[in-house]
Amino acid sequence: MSVHKPLPHDAARLHVTGQARYVDDIPVPGNCLHLAFGLSEIAHGRITSMDLSAVRTAPGVVTVIAGTDLDPVPDCSPSAHDEPLLSDGTVHYLGMPLFLVAATSHLAARKAARLAQVTYEEWQPILTIDDALAADSRFEDGPRIYEKGDVEAALARADHVIDGRIEIGGQEHFYLEGQAALALPQEGGDMVVHVSSQHPTEIQHKVADALARPMHAVRVEVRRMGGGFGGKESQGNHLAIACALVADRTGRPAKMRYDRDDDMMITGKRHDFRIDYRAGVDADGRLTGVDFVQMTRCGWAMDLSLPVADRAMLHADNAYHLPAARITSHRLRTHTQSATAFRGFGGPQGLLGIERVMDHVAHTLGLDPLAVRRANYYADAKVEKGGGPSAPPHTPESITTKKTAGAGHRISSGTGTATRFAGAHSPEAVEAGPQTTPYHMEVRDFILNGMTEALAERCHYAARRAAIAEWNGRQPVLKRGIAMTPVKFGISFTLTHLNQAGALVHVYQDGSIHMNHGGTEMGQGLFQKVAQVAASRFGVAPEMVRITATDTGKVPNTSATAASSGSDLNGMAVKAACDTIRDRIAALLAEEHQADPAEIRFAEGHVHVGAEAIPFAKAVARAYQARISLSATGFYKTPDIEWDRIAGRGRPFFYFAQGAACSEVVIDTLTGENRILRTDILHDCGASLNPALDIGQIEGGFVQGAGWLTTEELVWDDRGRLRTHAPSTYKIPACSDRPDVFNVALWDAPNPADTIYRSKAVGEPPLMLGVSVFSALAEAVAACGPHYPDLQAPATAEAVLAAVKRARG
Amino acid sequence: MTDEVSFLLNGAPVRVSDQPATRTLLDWLREDRGLTGTKEGCNEGDCGACTVIVTDADGSKAVNGCIQFLPHLHGKAVRTVEGISGPGGEMHPVQAAMVDHHGSQCGFCTPGFIASMAAAHTNGDTAFDDVLAGNLCRCTGYAPIIRAAEAAAAHPVPDWMQTDRDAVAALQTARMPIAPQTADTLAAWYADNPDATLIAGATDVGLWVTKALRDLAPMAFLNQCADLQGIEDTPGGLRLGAMVTFTDLLPVMAERHPSFAELLRRFASVQVRNAATIGGNIANGSPIGDSPPALIALDAQLHLRKGDARRTIPLEAFFLDYGKQDRAPGEFVEAITIPDQPDRLRCYKLSKRFDQDISAICGCLSVTVEGGTVTAARLAYGGMAGIPKRATHVEAALVGQPWTEASVRAAMAAYSQDFTPLSDMRASAAYRLETAANMLLRYFHEDQGVAANVLEVNP
Repeated sequence: MSVHKPLPHDAARLHVTGQARYVDDIPVPGNCLHLAFGLSEIAHGRITSMDLSAVRTAPGVVTVIAGTDLDPVPDCSPSAHDEPLLSDGTVHYLGMPLFLVAATSHLAARKAARLAQVTYEEWQPILTIDDALAADSRFEDGPRIYEKGDVEAALARADHVIDGRIEIGGQEHFYLEGQAALALPQEGGDMVVHVSSQHPTEIQHKVADALARPMHAVRVEVRRMGGGFGGKESQGNHLAIACALVADRTGRPAKMRYDRDDDMMITGKRHDFRIDYRAGVDADGRLTGVDFVQMTRCGWAMDLSLPVADRAMLHADNAYHLPAARITSHRLRTHTQSATAFRGFGGPQGLLGIERVMDHVAHTLGLDPLAVRRANYYADAKVEKGGGPSAPPHTPESITTKKTAGAGHRISSGTGTATRFAGAHSPEAVEAGPQTTPYHMEVRDFILNGMTEALAERCHYAARRAAIAEWNGRQPVLKRGIAMTPVKFGISFTLTHLNQAGALVHVYQDGSIHMNHGGTEMGQGLFQKVAQVAASRFGVAPEMVRITATDTGKVPNTSATAASSGSDLNGMAVKAACDTIRDRIAALLAEEHQADPAEIRFAEGHVHVGAEAIPFAKAVARAYQARISLSATGFYKTPDIEWDRIAGRGRPFFYFAQGAACSEVVIDTLTGENRILRTDILHDCGASLNPALDIGQIEGGFVQGAGWLTTEELVWDDRGRLRTHAPSTYKIPACSDRPDVFNVALWDAPNPADTIYRSKAVGEPPLMLGVSVFSALAEAVAACGPHYPDLQAPATAEAVLAAVKRARG
Repeated sequence: MTDEVSFLLNGAPVRVSDQPATRTLLDWLREDRGLTGTKEGCNEGDCGACTVIVTDADGSKAVNGCIQFLPHLHGKAVRTVEGISGPGGEMHPVQAAMVDHHGSQCGFCTPGFIASMAAAHTNGDTAFDDVLAGNLCRCTGYAPIIRAAEAAAAHPVPDWMQTDRDAVAALQTARMPIAPQTADTLAAWYADNPDATLIAGATDVGLWVTKALRDLAPMAFLNQCADLQGIEDTPGGLRLGAMVTFTDLLPVMAERHPSFAELLRRFASVQVRNAATIGGNIANGSPIGDSPPALIALDAQLHLRKGDARRTIPLEAFFLDYGKQDRAPGEFVEAITIPDQPDRLRCYKLSKRFDQDISAICGCLSVTVEGGTVTAARLAYGGMAGIPKRATHVEAALVGQPWTEASVRAAMAAYSQDFTPLSDMRASAAYRLETAANMLLRYFHEDQGVAANVLEVNP
């Protein structure tokens, strides 16, 4: 069976040879137009005049469209109909598109777009959280509040009450492929759109809306993206609409791709947050109650900010059982880029709030932060006697290899196959009443007690912590820190109706299989995982399954490939489609062989009927001759979830994906420079569909999360101009920023929830393993002096040095 | 329209004569040749998605195609990801290893990684963190890419990767008038065309075209001036021609001033160092270029030339004010000389990211101690003022004092007399001032054998 095998990414050979096609690589007819936006130079105000004559007469320019030329101005919003394609006269942020140029080349369009003469009446922009709070500038009528128990009473009876604040910076996606779209006009006013998008159905919907046509007139195709990370869930709408509009008006193909600086100036990023907290704690470090106030800058338009802020609230507990909790969430409207989805979707920010509380409590009480964390964990799910994880325990390979001094290279966790821990480490659950989250969902599948114990043992946490304390005592300039942090991440879209997926599977007469589903490929390996599912259902080699581009003409009404749900939803939908065809073949063969259909097996490239093994292709040919349909759709909807986001009650998640990471860092107390020395990760993918791809998600997610909390700093000036709008100024991790020693292992236990082959979602959760780096930095800083260092995020060298000084007092 | 440019593309000769001189290699490959394997990620040489291999008589080097202009390639061989596979479609060892080790996820950065890895593979370079510092990947966290690079290193260089060097020698090229062949020709032309733009490696000028969208004409390409590329020992010290690249300079400095070499290791990326020149880094007058502070700390002398007139000035005197240098119209940087001296230089580059980042502060310090007393100090900084500048008050506070932590701490107070730095997206003014001073303390600690560099800590 091909599931659970560490097969390479389906397009790996195409990637490494340069043959993999992205939107900008698709050959276009010679008359294709290339588009660029002209952008606003102020953050807030009104356009008083816009002279586009120099733009219109610039070399190569074919047409120029201003917002005032459009009635109505097409809307690009995925939520609130509040994002006009071009300014309608009011400017809401610096970088907002004002007009659109179509020219004969990309460079000609970019050059022309700079020639506009625009004058503005400038208004005071609302840029910061404080600005927005002062002006009561927000989405929704007031803050959302989720509450469990009596928080004030819990704080009143606590031995200690700590309070504090953490500022958490945003994050640019920096997908390597910038936003891109291509519209090809068809006969009868139809439109075909190729786009780098996680959400083809929404592109279809928004383009149809912009062209005032039914959705059936628009077909959207997405073969792959050069990275998405949430940044292509809604942010591609503008380009697709612009291209379709120009293609519709001119009858010529139209392509748009943002230059990197434009991409960073125009598109939304991860929401930055401020979290204020008060926490009551007993003498042993157990929390009695926590009061969080989460404030987030949503930017100028609503986009996906409400569910992002909701998910931040839903992860305010992370792995900890909070007897009483109140989470207040302010969704603030500012004159900046409209913050959007980004891997974790608010979860990382909410999670960092409680992890910060854990570190603060440990510092206040003089306890090991890991001990405080474990004292507050939810109880592990009870392992059935004699049952438990199905996989036999494996002995982990030796996975720690020290970097040769000065050699400049590192070796880490093996060859891509999983180093596995046995889930059977999990201890018996503490007998106690049901434990619920602050949103009143019972936690039944918690496994982090056992995972934490296993990881702490594997990475010698206690011994290294002691050795570090000793080392720090000897070092006048450098200090090390070590920290282990957990992740418990809720899996399902919190907008319940999105938890559905469709698939289309054809089996051809020769036994080859054509597979399609609503999920999109952005590098995560979804297509390969789902192809492994299809191959397994039919018992054939994965090469027999052809993966095809996501296409709204094949599978309609899909949800975004987001919320880590891709494999869970589409794997199940493909399975359903495959099983329909399989059952038809089985029924035929059962009848012909006088066998029970339930006894017929599809395995090793054959259909096994009793003692007879019929090659799959032969069985398929037989079915065709018997006039059996060999094409089927599949559909899946996640069961057992219901959620009231206003009341903050229900079961928004089908299950929790979990993991833990231990990171060791070193800081320089003269400059604040810092780096990661070693990271050990144990992560839960259920019964992994493909351990190699899952480890890839974990390694990559961790580094991306560590980048968010260290070097990746977004800086706006006091006029609202983003100053970090290119890789020269915005620094994602480079090669040498990964840990010197980097060990990743999978916790190999099947998902108790009935997911596709008992696997678990993996896209977002590992990003939050990067929090271990932030906590380790806080530990290193705390070694500099007796005071609470109050480290802020991102922990740039400058932020670390500031914290060192606070620690020293 | 430019002169005819001749080079080899994936082994086949091409002649290009209908292109603007500032057409980038990347745009030409993708838009005119349909070679879309090479990607545009940032269009400014910071992400490496556009990396290709350029081979000349010196060997094969990775460069950023997005900021190479076509005339840069004259007489050379270009190999893109499409040409890194063998003629029969067989995969290069780095390609096969990247598949085997799951080194690609979204795949968009992958062709650039393949080019960097294949260039290093050809050259036997296994310092992979340095080799790949100029290639950004947002998906993998780099670990599987390094595993792939290590695995591929065990395989021999394929035949088809060894043909370009000989083929380049045999390549017939016409002279390009836009690219003078000698410094004399350049000097005469530039004296007559003082408003022209001189283009060296174009790692900065490239952005004037790709980002500022400027037209540069008239212009001259300096890459054909062989007599500007020399490194020679002279009685006055080590003389470096203006067109010496940082790749060429690094091993020379490793012998004389290892800390300068370490600074150069962190200077941009392999791709940029392969193109960028010492003359360009000085002449563009940036307050945050990384070579001037080191060169000023070494008391380097700058050789300027206009027509046949030459003059030599201390490098620090060249930088007058922000955007203003002591350079007459039509005058250009011909060479720089680093005086021979005992190595007391330490270079400290402070940036948000260690590799491939522009310095917030670059401090290059040289303190001479005789008999326990400071006898001389040259403390030069980038990022602290509108020009690269020495901390003369601090130097004065140190000289004559005993070489002790107390003297150092006392002298640190003088930094505020030397500098009033700015706040920007890289660092605040207060942080700049504090760490500039702390660099002196770090220098002292390191001189006393105290560990003070996080990059030297092993797990």
